[in-house]
Amino acid sequence: MKFDALIGVLLIPALSACLLAALPGYRLTSRFNVLAALATFVTAVSLFVVEPKSGPYLLVDDLNKVFIVLTTFVAFTTSAFSASYIGHEIEIGRLKLSYVRFYHAMYQVLMFAMNLALVANNIGLMWVAIEIATLTTVLMVGIYRTHEALEAAWKYFILGSVGIALALFGTILVYMAARPVIGEGLDAMVWTVLVTQAAKFDPALLNVAFVFLLLGYGTKVGLAPLHAWLPDAHAEGPTPISAVLSGLLLNVALYALLRFKMILALNPAALAPGPLMVTAGLLSCVFAAFMLYRRRDIKRMFAYSSIEHMGIIVFAFGMGGPLANFAGLLHMTMHSLTKSAIFFAVGHIAQIKGTQKIADMGGLTVTHPLLGWGLVLGVVAIAGLPPLGIFMSEFLVVSSTFSRAPWLAMILVFGILVALGALFLRLNTIAFGEPRGSTAPAEASYVPMFAHLAIVFMAGIYLPPPLVAGFQNVARLLG
Amino acid sequence: MRGLSFDIAHMLAGSLVLVSFLQLYQDRLSALINVFAMHALVLALSVAWQAFVQEAPHLYITAVIALVFKAIVIPVALRRIIVRLGIHREIEAVVGVGLAMLVGIGLVALSMVVMLRVTAEADPLAREDLAFALSVVLLGLLVMVTRRNAVGQVIGFMSLENGLVLAATGAKGMPLVVEISVAFSVLIAFIVIGIFLFRIRERFDTVDMQAMDRFRGEQR
Repeated sequence: MKFDALIGVLLIPALSACLLAALPGYRLTSRFNVLAALATFVTAVSLFVVEPKSGPYLLVDDLNKVFIVLTTFVAFTTSAFSASYIGHEIEIGRLKLSYVRFYHAMYQVLMFAMNLALVANNIGLMWVAIEIATLTTVLMVGIYRTHEALEAAWKYFILGSVGIALALFGTILVYMAARPVIGEGLDAMVWTVLVTQAAKFDPALLNVAFVFLLLGYGTKVGLAPLHAWLPDAHAEGPTPISAVLSGLLLNVALYALLRFKMILALNPAALAPGPLMVTAGLLSCVFAAFMLYRRRDIKRMFAYSSIEHMGIIVFAFGMGGPLANFAGLLHMTMHSLTKSAIFFAVGHIAQIKGTQKIADMGGLTVTHPLLGWGLVLGVVAIAGLPPLGIFMSEFLVVSSTFSRAPWLAMILVFGILVALGALFLRLNTIAFGEPRGSTAPAEASYVPMFAHLAIVFMAGIYLPPPLVAGFQNVARLLG
Repeated sequence: MRGLSFDIAHMLAGSLVLVSFLQLYQDRLSALINVFAMHALVLALSVAWQAFVQEAPHLYITAVIALVFKAIVIPVALRRIIVRLGIHREIEAVVGVGLAMLVGIGLVALSMVVMLRVTAEADPLAREDLAFALSVVLLGLLVMVTRRNAVGQVIGFMSLENGLVLAATGAKGMPLVVEISVAFSVLIAFIVIGIFLFRIRERFDTVDMQAMDRFRGEQR
């Protein structure tokens, strides 16, 4: 097999994982982790320059290129944040040195699994990759070995496994639908073959399959009411993992869902997947917005905010059409960048204060101006205020919906406004007012956080034409 | 297609549903583990029969995995865990037997209605297999819901997964079945190790052996 960038995005994380599992210490390995993530990112970008040939197992097209580049970029910046975060955790003895080797190896295995899920052309292979990604994140959520961490990992494990099992049932049903048309064997699970023949599949089987896939992968996306694992997993694991979970893993599950939606959309007799996704998206958005008010734990709060935004994204893709798909894609990108930036800030804040309770934090803009204002900027962005990137994408989602289904847009706007209220209520406590809690100086790495925020800020003001053209192209593909 | 081979496949898949029902009303953990071993045994037979009928030798591997791993290794490991944790006599049932059975019957009826109507054009063997498989999956979910104990939940999950293997082997010529069943075995092995750590944690509030030593030495 000839070496190309496609193999590269899989091989680099896989080899680094083996190497990191063997290397002791933390200073060297954390740097190596960053380096490996950077190499993967560069390789991923090169996919735009030279497009490798797709085979029966792996594929590259315009849709997954966007996802791969976003995934590897956030993975790279998170690894830089993780280096300083984990260093502090070792200093205060929360994480033992022996676990660090395991942590770094798992980080790379997770990158491998996510990239594999994104480039898989075979729907069975895609399922296996998402299963590996789930398993590694379970192990990382439980890494602190505290009561709560193990509880959260167990809950994530059980709910994630059930979701994955349902997704497999859906995958089997898709194969059953394809078999009479394509014939037995490998071809009936290859996505590129499925798409060309989708119009001839048995529509009834496809319908049932999509319901299972929506339930299964929807659990991993964090759609209400299947979201129960998400806040716990975010709150109890190490913060870099919260950033990767929110920013990337949810997207990967969404990507799997989108692939199947494209198959369904090509079959005229099958049920339209849109309304199901619109309902699930709206429900998640409004539900999570209300749940934001009762949160006392800062990471848990932003986990609910992730559910809200995944709801908006699923809603946008459910509406479909070039404009809504474009908005959904843009919103997904902006959300990944903003949410991981927020988690970078939150991680350092929680380390300084020694707690995740919102009540024990206060006046951060005075005591730690960089972190405090970084968080303020992040929350302003995630709440969807102009002129930042999320305002732009939310505006596009809402305006494209208004012309087609004004009532749905009203519900969505209501959810967004409710969430905005909750976020500012808490932000006021955390960032302003009397300083509370420890005021120890921060040993933070600000670069990843401000890099993300700068991109989000830029995107709100000016989107480069090649990016717009690329997204429009993908939006057309999504139908 | 109708004939002896169809009848045997039908009987084996039907027995799997029946054994799933048996799981619903076991209130002792050790009995539940026994029933699960039987579940895995029936699955192994069913998969082996599918391998024979479809002339697909690779499915025998899946059958052997089901037999060795799920019918022997996992039950033995679980039994040792519950004996060591002293919960093998524990009795627990969250909802009443009658209610659980009624819900179970409803779920089987639901899956028959859904699958048989949907797959009207598929060949009868695959079709009925799929309907039975969905019943087993839903009954597995029901077992998970009605148990509070981690061991009980895991057994529910494993029987759910048996249903998936039944579906995958019933779908004639499906690629990657063996790989998927191996992936699932890894998942289950993880879960079983997980319970062990989890239950120890419940007893001692930690899984860290050093910390456990500390607890023994000092007052809490």
